Amino acid sequence: MSIALNAQGLSKSFNGIKAADGVSVSVADGEFVSLIGANGAGKTTFINMVTGYVRPDVGSITSYGREIVGLSPLQVTRLGIYRSFQIPQVFTGLTLMENLTVAINAVTAHERPLLSPRKAALNPDSRDRVDAVMERFQLGKYRDHLVSEISGGMRKLLDVGMATINSPKVLMLDEPTSGVASEEKFDFMDLVIEALSDQKAAVLFVEHDMDIVRRYADRIVVFHEGRVLADDRPDAALAQEDVRRYVTGKA
Amino acid sequence: MDVFLTILVDGTIYGAWLFLIAIGLTLVFGVMKILNVAHGALYAIGAYAAATLVGGNVIEEVAGFWALPLMLLGSILVAVILGPFLEKFVLRLFYGRDEVVLLLVTFGVSLILEDVIRMIWGVFSQYVAAPYSLFGNVEMGPLYYVGYDFFVVALAVLVGVATSLFLSRTIMGKIVLAVIHDAEISRAMGVNVSRVYLYTFTFGVFLAAVAGAFTSPMLAVTPSIGVNAIILSFAVVVIGGMGSIGGAAVGAALVGLSRATAINFWPEAELFVIYAVMAAVLLFRPQGLFGEPAQRRI
Amino acid sequence: MIHAVTSSPPLAALVCAAALMAVGLMLPDWVLFTASLALAKGLVVLGLVLLLRMGAVSFGQGMYYCLGAYICGLVGNATGVQDALFLVILSGLGCCALGAVLGVFLSAYRGVFFAMFNLALSMILYGALLKATSVGGSDGIGIAPPSYFGLSPSDEYRSILFYAFVVVIAAGVGLATRIYMRSELGLAALAVRDNEIRLEYLGLSVRRVIVFNYAIAAGLAGLGGGLVALVSGHIIPEFAYWTTSGEFVFMTVLSGPSSIVAAFGATALFETVRLVAGQYLPNAWQLMLGAFLLLSILFLPNGIGALAAGRRRTRAPDAKEDAR
Repeated sequence: MSIALNAQGLSKSFNGIKAADGVSVSVADGEFVSLIGANGAGKTTFINMVTGYVRPDVGSITSYGREIVGLSPLQVTRLGIYRSFQIPQVFTGLTLMENLTVAINAVTAHERPLLSPRKAALNPDSRDRVDAVMERFQLGKYRDHLVSEISGGMRKLLDVGMATINSPKVLMLDEPTSGVASEEKFDFMDLVIEALSDQKAAVLFVEHDMDIVRRYADRIVVFHEGRVLADDRPDAALAQEDVRRYVTGKA
Repeated sequence: MDVFLTILVDGTIYGAWLFLIAIGLTLVFGVMKILNVAHGALYAIGAYAAATLVGGNVIEEVAGFWALPLMLLGSILVAVILGPFLEKFVLRLFYGRDEVVLLLVTFGVSLILEDVIRMIWGVFSQYVAAPYSLFGNVEMGPLYYVGYDFFVVALAVLVGVATSLFLSRTIMGKIVLAVIHDAEISRAMGVNVSRVYLYTFTFGVFLAAVAGAFTSPMLAVTPSIGVNAIILSFAVVVIGGMGSIGGAAVGAALVGLSRATAINFWPEAELFVIYAVMAAVLLFRPQGLFGEPAQRRI
Repeated sequence: MIHAVTSSPPLAALVCAAALMAVGLMLPDWVLFTASLALAKGLVVLGLVLLLRMGAVSFGQGMYYCLGAYICGLVGNATGVQDALFLVILSGLGCCALGAVLGVFLSAYRGVFFAMFNLALSMILYGALLKATSVGGSDGIGIAPPSYFGLSPSDEYRSILFYAFVVVIAAGVGLATRIYMRSELGLAALAVRDNEIRLEYLGLSVRRVIVFNYAIAAGLAGLGGGLVALVSGHIIPEFAYWTTSGEFVFMTVLSGPSSIVAAFGATALFETVRLVAGQYLPNAWQLMLGAFLLLSILFLPNGIGALAAGRRRTRAPDAKEDAR
């Protein structure tokens, strides 16, 4: 297996407060890694540093051997590192189908910048991929509805769907199940896992629900006050003394 | 050496004129986040008000003595009549919509006001000659300048300093600063934001009218002075940073001096130079010299 | 039958063009002149509609309109080539090229900055043309009547032939624009208005989308300007003046971002009102324009396009607040 993502010694301060303090995380392709920790522990800052939204003060991040610190979100994304958001970032004025169509165009437009609009309009291949994602995430019923008309949980699915449509190499999901009703969380994660099953993506997801974490993660990285407290298999990490005291709160 | 003196003096005078127009524009933008395109038309109305009160038909001796107070009175009248009317019955209907939508609204207001000007004052040039000789001539080496031009420079300094002091030293001013910083939080803290908007807009109209009234002796008053004023003062405000009074002062000086330089060495490029300066500043500081960078949030 | 037309853009374009031609055959020359003018200006508005879909408004589209007219006039006069198609394509391409270059710089700005920088640029062109005596200064220049593929129509047929020419171009451009709007690339423009950050996180360059649309809009304005130059036979620097740009913005707001037909419809409505107002209220034209602008922003935030598209949901230009 090769290293999909390798972050070494990342530190970042905001107005003197250390949001990341020597964070090192390495993920192989195909791995499912959960990032856990209290609010403000540095999980989202980590994702923001990887995806180019925030530049670390020190440290290095490589993806398949390529340094990505200093790249813009656009450049990072074009290397195959996609993300979803805690609050779904979708195009509210567009229909679901149009949202996914825009998402898929991102890649084809990059490959062929002067793509003929007519070709794009009638491109059966991309329409098929849109339909496939629509089906996988069970959104087909709402394909011609505007995003502003669908529920928060559906937006969440759409958000994740848009991040997965272009076969990401690394996929970062920021709290994919927040806002999803608790009895639907497993179904939701099953859909996500299923959708990614035929891809070799390295997946990092931020999660607060330990049942989800135990069930879906190959490995857990525990954040606490900007540092990595533990990095191990779920049962081992969750059994660690300081993790129980600071994070899961069951000392 | 004389050339540089000319450029310095011409540039300062022109910069003062620009600053007088730009300060109201930048203040209204700072508080209300509205780029008021009608500011130019309001400036023109101020100039026409001055023309009516102290212009051509008025006996020169009387006008000479009363000219300045009358021009101030005209500006106050313009502000009191048009400010509350426009804010309450036009702008207020569109609050909360996109910045660009409000830009369109003030553009519409500007179109209406231009026709109103034509209906009231006609299309021919008017001159406000009487006050121009009030301060005699000033000799500077081999050059003569009209004293009134320096009065306008002094007025620009006065208006700038007074407005800054008002904002930093008075309670009302501090409330305005709070609204500039964050209107939502100010509202939550109990500030009557709509009243602040009303007063600010009216004061902005007053500043536009003052600029128009007191600079009217320096130029021919025609309906098109408004659009020139808004385009140039927009450049000034952008250079200085939208919403910053100090920025407007620096921007006005910069534009004034570059224009004066251009006129002396390359007159055809007059307008071009102004926008070249703007482009150069924005290349290095997209938010303007004194503007705060806009944050994009997830 | 109706369904077949509305669901097939090429058929719809054909039907529209045929209907316009049929009506045109019955109209007197002076109405044909206004109708040709309205269709040509509709192309400029169509370009602004492309910008509006990204949430962008330009107060300086008169620059490209004017430039297109001058390209058409100057090239025609200098070379003696009078072929209408050649000249207007040249106008369109010239403006498209300039738009692509300026777009690279302008795409860094949004909202009022974007609108006002365009205004500033157009006023520079206006100022330059006023002083440029070699191209007629404030008097502008006259243009010889056009020919069509080597045929020069006699005076009697000139108006109807030009009208037919504009109808064909408008239908063709309208169809192309409609296909573009529904394509992946065209949808990306709507996405720019909604959520730029997400678009970048999908791997699509927001600036590239803006530059692309801006260049197309510039090209359409140039095309429209070239056509207006040919139909009116005389061009003046006022084409670049801010009130010209303002009128285009007005028509665009009236049209709304959602429909091609609405863009042409709004232009036709505007030109009609101008004709009537010019007859009865020659001195209150701007006043009416301003009042109409305020009223349509207040009561028709999505333009007349939204009225027509009753069965489709509308996309309000500022309906994005619930995303935050």
